[in-house]
Amino acid sequence: MVESWVVATLARGLAFAVPLLFAALGELVAERAGVINLGVEGMMILGALSAFVVADLSGNPWLGVLAAAGVGAAAAFFHAFFSITLRANQYVSGLALTMVGLGLSGLLGKPFAGRPLAHPLPKWDVPLLKEIPWIGPGVFSGQSALLYLGFLLAFLLWVFLYRTRGGIHLRSVGENPAAADALGVNVYLVRYLAVLFGGAMAGVAGAYLSVAYRPSWTEGMTAGLGWIALAIVIFAAWDPLRAVVTSFLFGAFYHLAYRFQAHLAPEFLKMTPYLFTILFLVLSALGKSVRLGAPEALGRPYVRGER
Amino acid sequence: MKLVPRPAPKAFEVVWVSTLAVLLAFLSSLLLLWLYGTPPLEAARAIAGGVFSDPRGLAEVLRRAVPLILVGAGLALAFRAQFWNIGAEGQLLLGAVAAGGVALFSGIEGPGLLFVMALAAFLAGGLWALFSAFLKARLGVNDVITTLMLNYVAIYLVDWLIHGPWKGKSAFGFAYTDRFPEAASLPLLPGTALAWPGVVLALLLAVLFAWLLFATKLGFEVRVLGENPEAARYAGVRALFTLSWVALLSGGAAGLAGFVEVAGTHHKLLAPLQISLGYGYTGIIVAWLGRNHPLVAVLTGLLVGFVFAAGDVAKVALATPFQLVQVVNGLILFFLIAAEVFLRYRVVWGVRRG
Repeated sequence: MVESWVVATLARGLAFAVPLLFAALGELVAERAGVINLGVEGMMILGALSAFVVADLSGNPWLGVLAAAGVGAAAAFFHAFFSITLRANQYVSGLALTMVGLGLSGLLGKPFAGRPLAHPLPKWDVPLLKEIPWIGPGVFSGQSALLYLGFLLAFLLWVFLYRTRGGIHLRSVGENPAAADALGVNVYLVRYLAVLFGGAMAGVAGAYLSVAYRPSWTEGMTAGLGWIALAIVIFAAWDPLRAVVTSFLFGAFYHLAYRFQAHLAPEFLKMTPYLFTILFLVLSALGKSVRLGAPEALGRPYVRGER
Repeated sequence: MKLVPRPAPKAFEVVWVSTLAVLLAFLSSLLLLWLYGTPPLEAARAIAGGVFSDPRGLAEVLRRAVPLILVGAGLALAFRAQFWNIGAEGQLLLGAVAAGGVALFSGIEGPGLLFVMALAAFLAGGLWALFSAFLKARLGVNDVITTLMLNYVAIYLVDWLIHGPWKGKSAFGFAYTDRFPEAASLPLLPGTALAWPGVVLALLLAVLFAWLLFATKLGFEVRVLGENPEAARYAGVRALFTLSWVALLSGGAAGLAGFVEVAGTHHKLLAPLQISLGYGYTGIIVAWLGRNHPLVAVLTGLLVGFVFAAGDVAKVALATPFQLVQVVNGLILFFLIAAEVFLRYRVVWGVRRG
């Protein structure tokens, strides 16, 4: 009884966590470089649509994921250009991206709506690890390949951020761009790359929804997950490994709420992810991790020679 | 390319550049329509004909503009204080719920009913926003995310009400409430679907907000808080107090938009996507295009109202999907912030030696 609860919570919680994890990891990198991108939701939905279309036409879901990453990065380029080169208000530029993304995907996705995908992404079992009692069947068996890639990505990002020169450059650009510039770091280039990476990951997050989680395309299928990812970045204090834990916690909470659906109107069940997000943010604010983690120059355009 | 800061732009430059941005957005939308198979000239003619040919077309522009002006004027106030209220959509819905609740269950008769509905809508929308402002001022919780999350909560709250406790006895299989009593309807301009008191309300509120912002101590505090939070603290601006008022007013204005929609157009509570066509999100563009000035938001609200009305015409005449409106609005915002750079900087091409 207990075992089945644990296994199901692990399995379903993680399955729900994958898109949050990818989107949060991407946004985390962008924000570490000092650029906040409120366009996650828009890039994600564009990723979801392009992944579905490419996977449907080519019969290869991995090509879909790749296309989604490309489209996400392309969408992010607009935000980078507006907020970094033109020094526009980052909030407004990101919001515009979300609006255009949601509208455009609805417009272009019409012919693909309501059609199941013949070849979704494979589910993988990890040999040996799947034999571990409780954890094995929950984490290492029957999960989408993207989950493991997400774990790997989080680990690599952690190493990159804290153990490599490039990571130091990235963080210094987000903390004190003028100092980084003085040390010879190309602030604009680093910011551009970080934002493009964020877009690519948001695209992959969207791809997970349309070629793995529910292999189909529905208008507005991201349903605010991009915004939740933004909250996860804050709750995880801009740390990739904490982002894994936070994304999972989120998924697990959602799954547990789902378990109580017999006692709950379905509309209240659907409300829970959004209420959890607020709760998470309040908790992290009470825990004071907000002030500790936020990059110093987050949201501020860099102008060379200005202090 | 190099950007050199320049002195503050003159008013006519702002107007000129903003107009150019809007025109570019319209042009690229016509190109998008072309991809959809309608030649640009034909599309422009059909839209202009449908909107401007008769009074009913113009009334449609006004009908769309009213909620946009209400939301936009309120958001102008919020953005001035750096309260990033992205939750007007939810605040609008809460206003609709409160107005609907009063109309259906209060038993009030006569003209007093509309007044109580409006008041309830204002308070519901305002309190919904106040929650996020409180979290921001007290705990530093990100207001973009909390206001946005509450939109989804509001959407499912309405869904729950119309499927569950408030589902109409006469609605049979459909999910909406009973029709409001007759006294809960705003009067219409004869021959149109436009509830004219909504227009009056939107204008009054825009004037009131402009007065608050530029002629009162609260407005001064709002502007100081928005432009320089550090200085505001030293100047003794009470952040919690100021943000609370801003939230109450901007959320309240969105709530009133919800009131106008249900009392003027729908006369019942129905699916969230039918109550609001994304006015809460689009209001952000109205406020930003209007440079966060409540009175300019009247003009920009009319402009975006035109986009909505044009979308309706295009849907019927050219069979274009409704999402086109969303894309056009997003494009306006994009071109606008791109144009912004020419107002704040002089663009110098090539490398200058000096």
